[in-house]
Amino acid sequence: MSTGAPTSQKTALEFKSTSLTVPVLLLASNDISLIDQQLKEKVVQAPEFFKNSPLLIDLQKLNAQNLPIDFTEIVAIVRQHGFMPIGLRGGNEQQNGDALAMNLPQHSLHGSNVPLVNKAPAKTLPTPAPEEQKQASQSIENKLVTQPIRSGQRVYAKGDLIVTATVSAGAEIMAEGNIHIYGSLRGRALAGVLGNVNSRIFCSDLQAELISIAGIYQLSDDLSKHPAHKPVQISLDNQTLIIKDI
Amino acid sequence: MARIIVVTSGKGGVGKTTTSAAIAMGLAKRGHKTAVIDFDVGLRNLDLIMGCERRVVYDLVNVINNEATLNQALIRDKRCDQLFILPASQTRDKDALTTEGVGKILEELSKDFKYIVCDSPAGIERGATLAMYFADDAFVVTNPEVSSVRDSDRMLGILSSKSRRAENGEEPIKEYLLLSRYSPDRVKLGEMLSVDDVQEILSLHLLGVIPESKSVLNASNSGTPVILDEQSDAGQAYADIVARYLGETKPHRFIEEEKKGLLSKLFGSK
Repeated sequence: MSTGAPTSQKTALEFKSTSLTVPVLLLASNDISLIDQQLKEKVVQAPEFFKNSPLLIDLQKLNAQNLPIDFTEIVAIVRQHGFMPIGLRGGNEQQNGDALAMNLPQHSLHGSNVPLVNKAPAKTLPTPAPEEQKQASQSIENKLVTQPIRSGQRVYAKGDLIVTATVSAGAEIMAEGNIHIYGSLRGRALAGVLGNVNSRIFCSDLQAELISIAGIYQLSDDLSKHPAHKPVQISLDNQTLIIKDI
Repeated sequence: MARIIVVTSGKGGVGKTTTSAAIAMGLAKRGHKTAVIDFDVGLRNLDLIMGCERRVVYDLVNVINNEATLNQALIRDKRCDQLFILPASQTRDKDALTTEGVGKILEELSKDFKYIVCDSPAGIERGATLAMYFADDAFVVTNPEVSSVRDSDRMLGILSSKSRRAENGEEPIKEYLLLSRYSPDRVKLGEMLSVDDVQEILSLHLLGVIPESKSVLNASNSGTPVILDEQSDAGQAYADIVARYLGETKPHRFIEEEKKGLLSKLFGSK
């Protein structure tokens, strides 16, 4: 390690700190088959949502009740269901050791009253975490659909979704970002499905069955006062959907 | 290579079999060697509409199971020697159909037929999906009412995602709209969706409008495809559809209400 690097050399890297929102799996039972079954049920409800999702595994509840569990087994199950575990928190010495052996870092419990048995956060390997976090946060893929979306079809976009044709009654379109529809919208449109409250829906003819932004929705009954055949944009303001002419 | 046409709708009772019989007869009458296949295994009807129910020996399922050859099962039409009918089995159900079996039959027929018309059963289950799987063109038969239109829309979605062409990433199936049982005077009264309404919802190329007509039921009862009744409005509508499909330009008819002459007004005849 040479400390006296020439000053003219360009900086190739930089350490920064960032905070991310990551789903946490808080286990309340050490029954492996029960966990497996309930995970499966959850994933079936929203397969796209959970696919390749980063996941932090939290064992503090189990350890508080002294319920033993094999961390490697949990990681295997979680991976089977399509999650990407990015670490452990609230684990005991054995579990933390298992995590390190699998190159999974430990995370500290902020403001938790469960005592950390192994006080060695400085020892954790910092490399895997930023790498995987970056992958998870940078996967914006916009989607363009030029064919009519027919009744019974579902379209999902990881970024923005742009439809240049009609969305029929009984069809469902979802996007993690914004939705733009240049035909008539007669089906269901759900923008910001991962909770992005700043996403919007733009459409040239609003006759939708349902519109939703970040889980806040309105049905066609509530929409009927808005005239069809008029371009509108829908945004979310303080938990209320606002429909405005463009 | 033959062109494979599927006549489909999703909903039942809209006129798929009537249309299959009429289109197949129309194509054959113009000199194209045509086969029409009934995919409605268990609810065989096409043979009745074609008037050949007493000549059925072997059927589609027999051919799939190698119990009969294709030539044994094909029935030559008595009115037009270019037309052949492959009936469905009445004693089996739709699970007797296999993708490989149907594929093999269509491949063999393709060798010496110009057009193959597949009469799809209602629904979106096995029979219907197999009828459309190998298609090149789809005739979507729709009645001017909301449930039929929505079912057609669903069928169009399946056509664009679950066909062989879609799965192999080839050019998509060509889709045509046939609006059947249309009555302009009821549209005028607001009791029925208009051609424009249906087209706006389905955004599909309109191949033709078939008016609600007594001649259709008469033709079915007598086992004569309605296209052979050249005097009837429905027969003429189907003749137009065949012509348009073959690339001729024909103005659309039967969309506007018929203007009644002074005499028929006076006597109230129809």
